[in-house]
Amino acid sequence: MFESRQNILELHDVVVNFGVINALKSISLHIKTGDIVTLIGANGAGKTTTLRAISGLVPIKSGRIIYQGDDISLLKPHQIVRNGIAHVPEGRMVFANLSVLENLQMGAYLQQDKKVIKSQMDYVYSIFPRLKERIKQTAGTLSGGEQQMLAIGRALMSCPKFLMLDEPSLGIAPLLVKNIFEKIVEINRQQGLTILLVEQNANLALDISTYGYVLESGKIIVQDNSQVLKTNPEIRKAYLGG
Amino acid sequence: MDGIYDSQGGIRSNFHIILFSSNSPANLCRVTEFFQQIINGLSLGAIYALIALGYTMVYGVLRFINFAHSDIFMVGAFSGYFFSRFFPSESIFGGISVVFLSMLVCAFLGMLIERVAYRPLRGSSKLNVLITAIGVSMFLEYSFQVKLTKPLSFPVLFPTMSFTLPGGIILSSTQVLVFVMTLLLLIALQYIVLYTKMGTAMRAVSFNPMAASLVGINNDAVISFTFGLGSALAAAGGILYSLNYPSIEPLMGVLPGLKAFVAAVLGGIGNIPGAALGGLLLGVIETFVNGSRYSTYTDAIAFTLLIIILIFRPSGLLGKVTVEKV
Repeated sequence: MFESRQNILELHDVVVNFGVINALKSISLHIKTGDIVTLIGANGAGKTTTLRAISGLVPIKSGRIIYQGDDISLLKPHQIVRNGIAHVPEGRMVFANLSVLENLQMGAYLQQDKKVIKSQMDYVYSIFPRLKERIKQTAGTLSGGEQQMLAIGRALMSCPKFLMLDEPSLGIAPLLVKNIFEKIVEINRQQGLTILLVEQNANLALDISTYGYVLESGKIIVQDNSQVLKTNPEIRKAYLGG
Repeated sequence: MDGIYDSQGGIRSNFHIILFSSNSPANLCRVTEFFQQIINGLSLGAIYALIALGYTMVYGVLRFINFAHSDIFMVGAFSGYFFSRFFPSESIFGGISVVFLSMLVCAFLGMLIERVAYRPLRGSSKLNVLITAIGVSMFLEYSFQVKLTKPLSFPVLFPTMSFTLPGGIILSSTQVLVFVMTLLLLIALQYIVLYTKMGTAMRAVSFNPMAASLVGINNDAVISFTFGLGSALAAAGGILYSLNYPSIEPLMGVLPGLKAFVAAVLGGIGNIPGAALGGLLLGVIETFVNGSRYSTYTDAIAFTLLIIILIFRPSGLLGKVTVEKV
């Protein structure tokens, strides 16, 4: 494909330990600018931990995380957001006690320019018109699907260059899942936003991504173009339901 | 000329204004007494409320009780004493300046304590932080005691007078000051928490610190701000308290601090309007019991009532049991 494109993010032999538990055993990833890349694997394989290591929520024991040529492995979460990485966490984690509007405003916490905030908010409303209907509503009263839209919208408010999504389909009505995945592709195409997607629904994830990594017990066991992974018999058996 | 005497025997109140003269019949006496106690109770409760807000806000962002908070209240009173010599006494300008400067000093003190004592323990067990808080509390109390062996007499910061309302209810200017200042501070606090970016960030951190850091909020900065805000309110409380009870000493914060903590729990810990409500309620209950023939048992009865309230509303009067959607 476009081999000349640069890597926006590289993980080199990243190791994460929780006490005596070895959560990530030497993970290496290469993500090209503009791609949708997916991480698939069973529960407890280390997908969420990988995303948390990138966004600075968990400290790494060894290895390096290189973002746009700079080592970000020692930065704090808010400094990593400042560099243009946004993370939509597992379980959405919208601020349930704040209104939809306040959630989006918090998404743009580091943005000082009111015009940029306004235009980004208009963009979020154009992707998820339902949020606009509910701006005054407390986020905790939204449905699961709407909360996921809000979580993605809030992440977009920081004008990221690199977006990480952790299980966006979790606990959401099937019809809305389809809608949200279409929007993810739309965001990627329109904004040229690079996306790293962690998803339990491996079929769906491989459909919209260009490249995939398969994690097992904190290690990458297979990586390839998503279409190739979809036809790999072992992957089909283990993750795609036969 | 009615005089309220301070500890040195000087006349505190120079003017007594009768707003409405009435020859109250005997059966009005109990009504008068009731309203008088309400006013006295609310003015005591307002001070508890000011202290309780600091407990509840810090609990909101850190889920921890800052036991040194009651000593910040004490430092507020002492810095009021210190600053009072640079301003004319019994003047509104002087009084407000002293309150403002003391709030500033205590805000910095609160932020310093957080930075030096609590932040290095972020991530360690709650018990360690709690013990540290008790240590900071004792450090403040006993380092003041090294220098101060006798209680100091708090100066008269504001002009004093008293008003007689219809029915013979007496309202002192200090009570008016307590009401006005508490109300203004509460309005300012609500504005900051609900309508400013920092206040919204405080609510975000309080709800979910991890999600807050993922939108780019520096949680440490928000926590520091929260300590500053709560400590400034405690300083104002300390000065208002000392205007009513003008003998100040290093352990003066212990009991009001404990009661304010209870008020915060009563209102629903972590809930700002709850802390204000809890403080007012505690003040009124305490005053009523104090005015009855069971006054020896004031604290016992007041606290028993609180326990009863908490049995029926375990999360406090305004505390909510939050249910998260999965």
